[in-house]
Amino acid sequence: MSAHTAPMRKLSVNRSDVEDFLFEEAALLDDWKLTEWVALFEPGASYYVPTAGAADDADPATSLFYVADDYHRLTERVKRLLKRTAHVEFPHSRCRHMVSNVRIIGGGDDTFGVTSNFATYRSKRGRTELYFGHHRYVMTLIDGAIRIRQKTSFLDSDDIAEQGKVSIII
Amino acid sequence: MGLQTPFDSATPVLVDDRAGQGIFRVARRAFVAPDVLACEQREIFGKCWLYLGHESEVASPGDFLTRRVAGRSLIFARNKDGEIRAFFNTCPHRGAMVCREKQGSANMFRCFYHSWAFDLDGKLITRPGNDSYSENANAHGEHNLVRTPRLEEYRGLYFINFDRDAPDLASYLGNTREFIDLVMDQSPDSMEVVGGTQEYGFKANWKLLAENSMDGYHGQPTHATYFDYVMSTNGGLGDTVVKISKPHDLGGGHAVVEYGAPWGRPIAKSVPAWGKEGEDETAALRASLTQRFGEERANRIAYTNRNMVIFPNFVINDIMAITLRTFEPIGPGQMRVNAWALAPKGENPKSRQRRLYNYLEFLGPGGFATPDDCEALALCQEGYANAAEAGWNDISKGLNQERPSIEDEVQMRAFWREWSRRIEGTEP
Repeated sequence: MSAHTAPMRKLSVNRSDVEDFLFEEAALLDDWKLTEWVALFEPGASYYVPTAGAADDADPATSLFYVADDYHRLTERVKRLLKRTAHVEFPHSRCRHMVSNVRIIGGGDDTFGVTSNFATYRSKRGRTELYFGHHRYVMTLIDGAIRIRQKTSFLDSDDIAEQGKVSIII
Repeated sequence: MGLQTPFDSATPVLVDDRAGQGIFRVARRAFVAPDVLACEQREIFGKCWLYLGHESEVASPGDFLTRRVAGRSLIFARNKDGEIRAFFNTCPHRGAMVCREKQGSANMFRCFYHSWAFDLDGKLITRPGNDSYSENANAHGEHNLVRTPRLEEYRGLYFINFDRDAPDLASYLGNTREFIDLVMDQSPDSMEVVGGTQEYGFKANWKLLAENSMDGYHGQPTHATYFDYVMSTNGGLGDTVVKISKPHDLGGGHAVVEYGAPWGRPIAKSVPAWGKEGEDETAALRASLTQRFGEERANRIAYTNRNMVIFPNFVINDIMAITLRTFEPIGPGQMRVNAWALAPKGENPKSRQRRLYNYLEFLGPGGFATPDDCEALALCQEGYANAAEAGWNDISKGLNQERPSIEDEVQMRAFWREWSRRIEGTEP
């Protein structure tokens, strides 16, 4: 499912500004700069990855997800992924995050919605995995800068039997 | 019985069980050889009871889901009278898969190819051009969906068996029932599968996940970052309450480990991160358990963790949350996994939320632990590229110990002895 446009209020950023932000986010993830990445979230933010094929309105309070991090666990996830004892990502896999089809789907300066499509490649020990789907964001402006309040990454594959796990930030 | 193709002379046996001498080894060939997998498909997946699904997943008449079990595509459905059925998902006419949805509710199944339709008991109800068929053509139900040879249930868990002559499910489950009961008794009403299936996979032989699912020895080294997280979240590792650490060989290849652990248990052990609210709620749950079962059993249910493998491929882990898990080979070096969260029906929303939050901190493909198991098992499988020269796994830890702990390998040896009996024809 894709989200459709809702009414807009006054918004001081345009799609191009949001794209710059999302491309910067992707570059941080490609470079494993996760501490800088998590700084793009406002305190109290959350980060979800529902099970493959889940509906856009799936709720981690009532459905099983792969990832449903509140802000505390999101920061812990980042700490974990940067340790060499996070075995699945040591040495770090090589990743490339592709982001497209960016749309602002309503709101205003206090809170606005953004969707994008993604294709993320992960390569390690001669195997390459593809994660594809769409992101939904709730964003806000803090002192003029875009910050993430909520991010959900929906995988559009039927399952993740081939990829096996969601060990990177997709 | 057993392998029809003999092994090369270097590995005349696959399970080298010399317990008296302190030796227990498994040949790495058992994880890589296509002829071993073919034998497993026939002797294990073709004859053992295999978990299909939970009653709550098809809660109302007409509910159905499709599920892969041992390579077959099955339909799991509840008929109009509320009875549960399992069919092979293939049209009796030309074989096309009849049902293409993962789940839903229906009053019939229709194969789109020639539009044959079947009721929820699998019985043919309509087809175009019915007059062109002779009466004999369906005299013995040849035009109905084929049911699985056996379908039986224990406490809401439905299992199928492809062997018509298999012993009944209750006998097969044997001693595991005591531990299934400790899970199912957590609700005064019944348990349910929470919405959503985690369908993922490992690039490893399926038997490695049977071992891993009840391996207490790998916890600290493999899951160090998980324990870091528990400490950081709760300001310390916290109290395990119970000091038990006990592996059980339950017979028939089934095994379980029982132990205390520092994590919170939604039924009914709180941790500091849950605050006063969590403390109060778990205390109430414990009081209710005590009222129903007495203090000793209530404490066992509440505080003791259990990881159980029901031979060959069904896991019930009652740990920081309850997970049901099946896994099956799609080649010697690859498996598919299905995992579900099990919870008391009617659980209050806050407890349910905490349970699911807890589940994801450790379990599943995005948890803080399972992805590292993915990596460990994949590395084992990649290491078996050397099986011709470096040929053996060691499973001897704790052999002949008077009081083995869950960090020993009693539970894996239980699995392997049954595996060897079925594959190599060895006497138990």
